[in-house]
Amino acid sequence: MEDMLRTEDLWVSVGDRQVLKGVNFSMKYGEINVLFGPNGAGKTSFMMTLMGFPRYRVEQGKIFFKGIDITAHDIYERARLGLGVSFQRPPTVRGVTLKKMIEIINTNGADSAGVDAKIEKLNLGGHLERGLNDGFSGGEMKRSELLQLMIQRPDLVLIDEPESGVDIENIALVGEAINALIGKDKVKDQKRGALIITHTGYILDFVNADKGYIVFDGNLLCRGNPRDILSEIKKHGYRRCAECR
Amino acid sequence: MPVRNAYLSEIQALAEKARDKRALYGPDLDLSRYTQHIKRGKIESLESLSHQVKEAAILSGMNMQEENRSGSFLQIDQSVVYESLNKAYEGQLEIMSTPAALDKYDWIEEYYWKAIPADQDKYTAQAALNMTHGYFIRVFAHQKPQYPVQSCLLVAENYVSQNVHNMIIVEEGAELQVITGCTLSKSDAEGIHLGISEFYVKKGGKLMFTMIHNWADNFHVRPRTKVVVEEDGTFISNYVLLKPVKSIQAFPVAHLKGDRASAKFNTVVYGLKDSYIDLGSRIILEGEDTRGESIARTIAADESVIYSRGDLIAATRGYCLAHLDCRGILFSEKAKIFAIPELASHGSLKSELSHEASIGPISEEQVEYLMSRGISQEDAVSVITSGFLNLDIPYIPEFLDKNIKEIIKATAKEAL
Repeated sequence: MEDMLRTEDLWVSVGDRQVLKGVNFSMKYGEINVLFGPNGAGKTSFMMTLMGFPRYRVEQGKIFFKGIDITAHDIYERARLGLGVSFQRPPTVRGVTLKKMIEIINTNGADSAGVDAKIEKLNLGGHLERGLNDGFSGGEMKRSELLQLMIQRPDLVLIDEPESGVDIENIALVGEAINALIGKDKVKDQKRGALIITHTGYILDFVNADKGYIVFDGNLLCRGNPRDILSEIKKHGYRRCAECR
Repeated sequence: MPVRNAYLSEIQALAEKARDKRALYGPDLDLSRYTQHIKRGKIESLESLSHQVKEAAILSGMNMQEENRSGSFLQIDQSVVYESLNKAYEGQLEIMSTPAALDKYDWIEEYYWKAIPADQDKYTAQAALNMTHGYFIRVFAHQKPQYPVQSCLLVAENYVSQNVHNMIIVEEGAELQVITGCTLSKSDAEGIHLGISEFYVKKGGKLMFTMIHNWADNFHVRPRTKVVVEEDGTFISNYVLLKPVKSIQAFPVAHLKGDRASAKFNTVVYGLKDSYIDLGSRIILEGEDTRGESIARTIAADESVIYSRGDLIAATRGYCLAHLDCRGILFSEKAKIFAIPELASHGSLKSELSHEASIGPISEEQVEYLMSRGISQEDAVSVITSGFLNLDIPYIPEFLDKNIKEIIKATAKEAL
């Protein structure tokens, strides 16, 4: 089966700084992959590059999504092809309410009962008339991100630190939402995938990840079972990454 | 009984002295250019208007079928051509032209040219010396008509000086909504609109006043507005300007005289072409426990120049709270915005006045965020700009919303 996502020798810079240094990565349809790594290693840069944010300038290499070379595609074109992203810290957009955003995203005209059920499940009924992320707590931001993605229904979702700013109680809810988003709560619809950045690994208690990687100094290292990688990080930190590079 | 002639003469004499008095703000205009006077007859129904006039009136918020309206007032150039009161609201309010009211009620002397001095500047003087109608709306004590009164002040010919004097009296415990549109039926008309507006909100009364201005490239506008609010009274003003104008200068004032009175100004301005726009709002908090809020959203496109002023003046011995929020977005390298907030406290030890003012571009981060949900760049800019301008004004027809979107589409590309 062809890869859902593949990058070939991806070199990326932000301003004068080289943030990715020849990343080769691939993942199959239906997989959940996890990225670990210290701060500033390039995890978020990798995700933002995949999504096409212009600040992340591709100097060399290619990105293929569902067999299409999307390296030169605009952000919204990638989104329309089936890529979605949940930001760690989404911007505040005063004046554009969460309700309005849902209406705009819901281009397929999903039935309103289904949308209402999702809003209720993520406990966001009281936030619909507020500006996007305006005064939202960390957990509310995450839930709002996941709600928007559940309506957008991307084939591959990029999730940047789903646990950050979320209290223990709400992590389960976020985990459930991720599973619903990629269809892991159903027998059918197993072609959707996710790429998740995690610092703490808490999310692995709720999401059944297939593969893990360590991102270190702008490259991918140590592919393996995500739980094994996490326990290795917990024991030795990231020092060993520098050694085995 | 009519207002005393002696009083009217006093006003005239006062105005005469200010015939050439320059206004504090805005370019000085030569009023002698605008001498055209056109007399028009009454019409039976709004539907009988010409297509051109009807279209202009609709675009300024007029409902031609008079659905969901408690009454209507239409003035074209210097003549009142239509006034009506929905039968269901007879006994709740009255609508007529201001000269008719001056003829009918001598007590208007207490209100006519009492909030605004006739000698404030050459524009008030011109309106006092050559008044060409304007509306008088009075809602009787404790009456709350369900639907708004609609008014339209339209200029159809060239070189007209439309000098209207509008008066609204909301009596004790009464509530009123007014939608008023000021507009032109010819997009190349050259002329001037001078609008004196003296509004009085009595004890416990509430006035929600929405004004839509649709002018054009060669037209000058000099409104002069003051609202006096008594105790427990509320005044809400919504102002929308989305069309080009040669120049407009206005600085409406809400004077909160009574205790617990409140005022709110919402202002939405979209500067187009080479419009010169100098608009503001001033709230004087004189009563105790008074509240004020002034929100302005301005976008300057093309070569427009916008002055966005806001004054909060505390003059109470008790507590008062007021906030000014004045934000602008520049869409063009040739456009200018000046945001000028001013706070003043005259010995009001307990007053709390605050402001936030900003001018900035549309945030790239916000646009890209929306794009990541599959929205094109153009649509993302449009959604953010509409959101920026959206002040949730009730009874504003959908076409206005559509109109905003169309202007944004046409001008927002320059913003990125």
